[in-house]
Amino acid sequence: MMSSSATTVVLTIMVLGASLTVWRLVRGPTLSDRVVALDVLAIFVVGAMMTSAIHFDSPVLLQPALALALLAFLGTVAFAQYILKRFYP
Amino acid sequence: MAYLTTLLLLAGSGLMLLAAVALVRFPDLYARMQASTKASTLGIVCLALAAALHFGNLAVSARAAAIVIFVFLTAPVAAHVMARAAHIVGVRAWEGTLFDDLRRDSLGAETENPTGEKR
Repeated sequence: MMSSSATTVVLTIMVLGASLTVWRLVRGPTLSDRVVALDVLAIFVVGAMMTSAIHFDSPVLLQPALALALLAFLGTVAFAQYILKRFYP
Repeated sequence: MAYLTTLLLLAGSGLMLLAAVALVRFPDLYARMQASTKASTLGIVCLALAAALHFGNLAVSARAAAIVIFVFLTAPVAAHVMARAAHIVGVRAWEGTLFDDLRRDSLGAETENPTGEKR
């Protein structure tokens, strides 16, 4: 059994980092900056899910982490294609 | 074992915090993407190792290994696709950038094929 203070500290650090990422997502000068910030934010959510799996001692939370990693990759590639298609109509 | 798990958790969250700080502090899109992709990938690896060590189970370890392999396969591809799209669209690099090989190569290709290269 994990002592829950370590996972609490780790989740706090992740919330801090995710709020920094949201700052870049709101303020990014170009659309590409926002897409990169969204990708990093999804990676943060994946990491928070794995930390929560340790915190709540339930390995079920690792499956949505894997699914969210897949969705983040697909979203980034789709956004890149969208940016290119907007440039070459 | 619990100490190792705690150490891996703290290392992973520190690396991901570094990725977020790089995303805020670095001067242009390419530097931000380069730093944040590498740091967040390594952070995910540390966290998945921590989960595999904490549960000590074959099924959970296989799931964590699947996450690690998947992130290692997809994060560089996503960063490359995104950087290429941003460069084609014309996102400015930082003014301290020394050289830009992709711009030189694409300009050379554009003189031969003025309708643009592959989509």
